[in-house]
Amino acid sequence: MLYREALNLALDEELKQDKNLVLLGEDIGAFGGTFRVTEGLFAKYGKNRVIDTPIAELSIVGNAIGMAIAGLRPVVELMTANFSLLAFDQIINHMSKIPYMSAGKIRLPMVIRMPQGVSRQLGAQHSESYEQMLSAVPGVFVFAVADPTYAYHALRQSIRMDDPVIFIEHELLYNKNSEVDVNAKVNPFKARLVKEGDDITIISYLKMLDDTLTCIDEIEKSLNCSCEVIDLCSLNPIDFQSLEVSISKTGRVVLVEEGHKMGSFGAQVISWAAEELFYLLDAPPLRLSGENVPIAYNRQLELASIPTPQSITKDIIQWGKQSGL
Amino acid sequence: MDKLLLEDLYYSMLLGRYFEYAAKENYMQGHISGFLHLDIGQEGLSVGAMKAFKKGDIFTTYREHVMAIARGMAPDAVMAELFGKVDGVSEGRGGSMHMFSPELGFYGGDAIVGGHIPNAVGCAYARKLQGLNDGTMVVFGDGATNCGGFFESINIASAQKLPILFLCENNKYAIGTRIDKVSPFIKQTEKVGGYMQSLEVNGMDIVSVYETIGKAQKYLQEGNGPIFVEAMTCRFEGHSISDANQYRDTQEMKECKDADPILRLKPRIDAQKAHELEERAIQVVEEAVIFAKLSPEPSLKDLKKHMFTPEGLTHAL
Repeated sequence: MLYREALNLALDEELKQDKNLVLLGEDIGAFGGTFRVTEGLFAKYGKNRVIDTPIAELSIVGNAIGMAIAGLRPVVELMTANFSLLAFDQIINHMSKIPYMSAGKIRLPMVIRMPQGVSRQLGAQHSESYEQMLSAVPGVFVFAVADPTYAYHALRQSIRMDDPVIFIEHELLYNKNSEVDVNAKVNPFKARLVKEGDDITIISYLKMLDDTLTCIDEIEKSLNCSCEVIDLCSLNPIDFQSLEVSISKTGRVVLVEEGHKMGSFGAQVISWAAEELFYLLDAPPLRLSGENVPIAYNRQLELASIPTPQSITKDIIQWGKQSGL
Repeated sequence: MDKLLLEDLYYSMLLGRYFEYAAKENYMQGHISGFLHLDIGQEGLSVGAMKAFKKGDIFTTYREHVMAIARGMAPDAVMAELFGKVDGVSEGRGGSMHMFSPELGFYGGDAIVGGHIPNAVGCAYARKLQGLNDGTMVVFGDGATNCGGFFESINIASAQKLPILFLCENNKYAIGTRIDKVSPFIKQTEKVGGYMQSLEVNGMDIVSVYETIGKAQKYLQEGNGPIFVEAMTCRFEGHSISDANQYRDTQEMKECKDADPILRLKPRIDAQKAHELEERAIQVVEEAVIFAKLSPEPSLKDLKKHMFTPEGLTHAL
């Protein structure tokens, strides 16, 4: 099953079970969704459950907040993370704060889904990653799940939560194909241990997690070591407990992310490791991030602005050698 | 209009007026801090709208104490919120600008100009889907009609024929900037013509406000889609307590205060009854201040309480 089909199945099953669940977004209905995540749902559930909105992100999220106040359970699709910027007032000033400011009298059971990241030459205004900003907002849970089985379960559980969730996807994951175990036990707040190892803990999420996995053989051979790979899954909260268990064992930590290096999400993880685990570390932490530059249209420039399997392999091997592996 | 209703409107305006006097006094004494947007002078609009919009949902702005009380929140709990105390309606987490009461259909109390309007549209959308027809009323100032979200909202409300009443309280000033300096219109009904029907009312006349809002709600209940009501009004104070109100001259302020909605209604109330109602309002406000002073501070242990559901809070960092 494709990643987008796993999300579609999750939405379908929740729509079936909860009549208060509504989807809203641009072209999600009759058109089937820009990335086809909502394909077929409009025909099945109709225009009152799968709601086509105008291209007005501030209102899409604002309307969802009002719907949640009124007792519905809205799931919003924003076409890309770049467009979520138009809704930041609603996300940050309203969605994240109304439950707290109202002393819990108002709960906002809602999910905002959005894909992010570099796809293929979509240009500077359609290619960025904003988990660093979204995960910095108190009052919202942020999940970013790379694995289809986990995505299926995490989305279903996000929908059932009575707290607001931002569910970040990646445009290049939608056609990822793998078995989906609908009976798996998944806790969306926990990191996923993808591969066990003894010498380096590599932390990543979304597309960079998959790219990193393609590099592991070469890194292990070259450094004659074994890598432990962790898919973070939840970006707020961060499952520090699982990270600590792994880093305590390996003594080395690498974080791979796509977003710009300045003010990045990974900086949060690395600063935590430096503050809390300093004496367990055998080497300085390594953070592989995107360059501090808008994403270019030209394919070579585009690839030069983010970590790629080639750069990840090269950078980790070089760092490993310098730090005594 | 019914005598008892007139008395109730008169009393609620007085209660609002004395509440605001007490809020100002306690601010000066240091018991209240932060922002304080007084509604003095606009009580006819605030009380009239809340009393006339029977049932249904309300979304309003940061100038909300009088509306919250007129909607049915206890003056004690509203005052305690201004004091930041644990018995406040938002347990000290909201303050003057953030009061909520789902049981009264009162959803804030929002401090981003125009920011609550899309939320209100979503609520009206949900009500339509749920088949509930009392509608949603969203209250905002003239300044909010210049925001992008306002235009998105009238578009969606009109396209979907949503049961929503847009109530513009036009006091002609966005903080200290006169509306016609930043908008081509003094009257904001000009902005909605292509989208929906609108009504105009003198916001200083509570009887007219009451009747107009009642008529507008009936329009929603009959399934006609959205409606825009513009009430011209005038605040006696600055935008907030830190605003010295120097942008309006003596003549303008005289005309403003001559239109006092309380004095306007007073001749229609029996003199003895009017006196009794005033005494009662003063007493209720005095008791609210005592209640607020005696209420404890929120516990520091509960700093993060309410940020998420109790279940969600077990996961929070």
